[in-house]
Amino acid sequence: MAEVHIRKVVKKYDEVLAVRGIDLDIRDHEFVVLVGPSGCGKTTTLRMIAGLEDITDGEIAIGGDVVNDVPPKDRDIAMVFQNYALYPHMTVHENMSFGLRLKKFPKDEINRRVDEAARILDIKELLDRKPKQLSGGQRQRVAMGRAIVRNPKVFLFDEPLSNLDAKLRVQMRIEIKKVHQKVRTTTVYVTHDQVEAMTLADRVVVMNNGVIEQVGTPNDLYHHPKTRFVAGFIGSPAMNFIPCKLQDEAGELKLRINDGLALPVPPARAGKYVQHKGNGSVLLGLRPEHLTEARAQLDPGVVAFDANLDVTEPMGMETLVYFPINGETVCGRVNPAAGAKEGAPLKMAADLNNMHLIDPKSGLVL
Amino acid sequence: MVDATIKQDGAVMRADRRSSLQKTFQRKSTIAFIMTLPLILLIAILVVYPALYAVHLAMLNKSMQKFVGLSNFTFLFKRETFWMVVWQSCIFALTAVFFKAIIGFFVAHFVHNIPDKGQRKWRGMLLIPWVIPPAMSTLAWLWLFDPSYSAFNWILERIGLSGVPWLGDAYWARFCVILVNVWIGAPFFMIMYLAALKSVPEQLYEAAKIDGANWWQTMRFVTLPMMRNIIMITALFSTIVTFANFDIVRVLTRGDPLDQTHVFATWAFRLGIEGGDIPLGASVSLFMVPILTIGAIFILRDIVKRGNEA
Repeated sequence: MAEVHIRKVVKKYDEVLAVRGIDLDIRDHEFVVLVGPSGCGKTTTLRMIAGLEDITDGEIAIGGDVVNDVPPKDRDIAMVFQNYALYPHMTVHENMSFGLRLKKFPKDEINRRVDEAARILDIKELLDRKPKQLSGGQRQRVAMGRAIVRNPKVFLFDEPLSNLDAKLRVQMRIEIKKVHQKVRTTTVYVTHDQVEAMTLADRVVVMNNGVIEQVGTPNDLYHHPKTRFVAGFIGSPAMNFIPCKLQDEAGELKLRINDGLALPVPPARAGKYVQHKGNGSVLLGLRPEHLTEARAQLDPGVVAFDANLDVTEPMGMETLVYFPINGETVCGRVNPAAGAKEGAPLKMAADLNNMHLIDPKSGLVL
Repeated sequence: MVDATIKQDGAVMRADRRSSLQKTFQRKSTIAFIMTLPLILLIAILVVYPALYAVHLAMLNKSMQKFVGLSNFTFLFKRETFWMVVWQSCIFALTAVFFKAIIGFFVAHFVHNIPDKGQRKWRGMLLIPWVIPPAMSTLAWLWLFDPSYSAFNWILERIGLSGVPWLGDAYWARFCVILVNVWIGAPFFMIMYLAALKSVPEQLYEAAKIDGANWWQTMRFVTLPMMRNIIMITALFSTIVTFANFDIVRVLTRGDPLDQTHVFATWAFRLGIEGGDIPLGASVSLFMVPILTIGAIFILRDIVKRGNEA
């Protein structure tokens, strides 16, 4: 078990900067998920921790030792690959024990560890099979088993669920969480799926364009995003961004969306935003669950307005509705009983107590 | 009324027959058979007929007038030269295939590690010996091996060593024949092994790196098992072709000195065409069949078994 420290790490491929000087401290036993769109540098970062990529600049330390020049085999890490990377000519047992056999562990110890890992992952009856005879989920378990038997300082997962179908992915997500509860090894997990990141992580690291946008607990990122990118990336359906102007109207701070619609900023937030008034255009960030059907009695900070629904998506427990505001399509979540119909108007309510205000130039949440 | 029924039945039967014929032609296996028919005919004319004809020839006397059963074969068994040719063919094929495989393997690794940009160039250049018609390149080798005027002996004499009777001494002549065969055949192994190397997923090497495998362990536990089928098939294929080799020996030594470099094909040619005993030549060439069949069965069985496991 160990901590991982990443200091000002840079990765350059020829003239392309893949990672632009990132800093990250991963605590012992922690489950950290690196998430971001493809090409954001998350896999490169993971591979640099593993030692599969050289570090152009900066420093990576595992368990207090700088490992920049340490080969992967001496870093005491285990990695689960996207395509499992099981040796096709070896049985499950041989696959799992390969690393230990190379390190000349005694046979009893190898068998004990493989049996223990097989028990944790519930793959005892598969030990004599070859990878070809296994389903995708079973292969994934074996790949995890191969990591567990090594009892490494750090587990590295490189998009391990992206080859599985949606249902299996949810199942394996729970499996991975259970395994981490049993084997509390420090884990770095890479994915492009924000749901995976939110559900698995102790802390999520959102990366974009080779830099870290924000680090925080899943709830922290969801409720307090620091940049427009994080606000838009975390959460599904994504947060709505509505262009508007923050201005003083008759002594009240209002978000002027168009001539017919101005939303008053709740007094609790007004103090925070007042310094930005008159700064030209800003973006109002509102999550779909904060755009619901208007009830008869509106809570303080909730503003009602009329919307013409373009599209509705009944999901069972809720209905997603899409309607235009200033030419932008905005998504709201309404109760299925609210009677939302495509092409029909609906009285909607915006809960501005949960609003975010974003500076469109810097992309920072104000 | 009865008559009408019979007529109707007849019509139904004809229609049935027509539709069953149609069905036969529409069946996938029938279409597949018809489409492969030209190739089957070609093989029948160029392979099956000559093979059966060779069996027929091998059972005739020298003047091809009388059926003599297996006496050509029993005659061969008693000749020392025959056993020498068997021995030489085996040595020739096995040694040449062994060295072609080893050289091909190392060169494939060398080419595999060249960055993609320059790789095509190297691949192209290394394939040249295999692409040139063997009869032509062997002629060039023949000149290189000339005892008086060749480049090799010239170099040897320049550095103070005595010239080598390359094709005049039995052991040197065998060495030369194998050398030229290796030179021509190694690029084929190289290209096959290179393809096999490229088909090993990069992640397996990365997994092995993290598992702690060094260069040799990665080679032994990852690369070689992954290439095993290609190695076997290439070796089998090359063994068959090398065993039946004719042109290199024919151009380089003609089986000399004293028949000590003959292989089956050249000796069959010497006896049958040059010696005028076609039945005896046919019997010699037929000896290649059982030896190659046994090898093919063993290796292919192993490949099928491994293919099912993997």
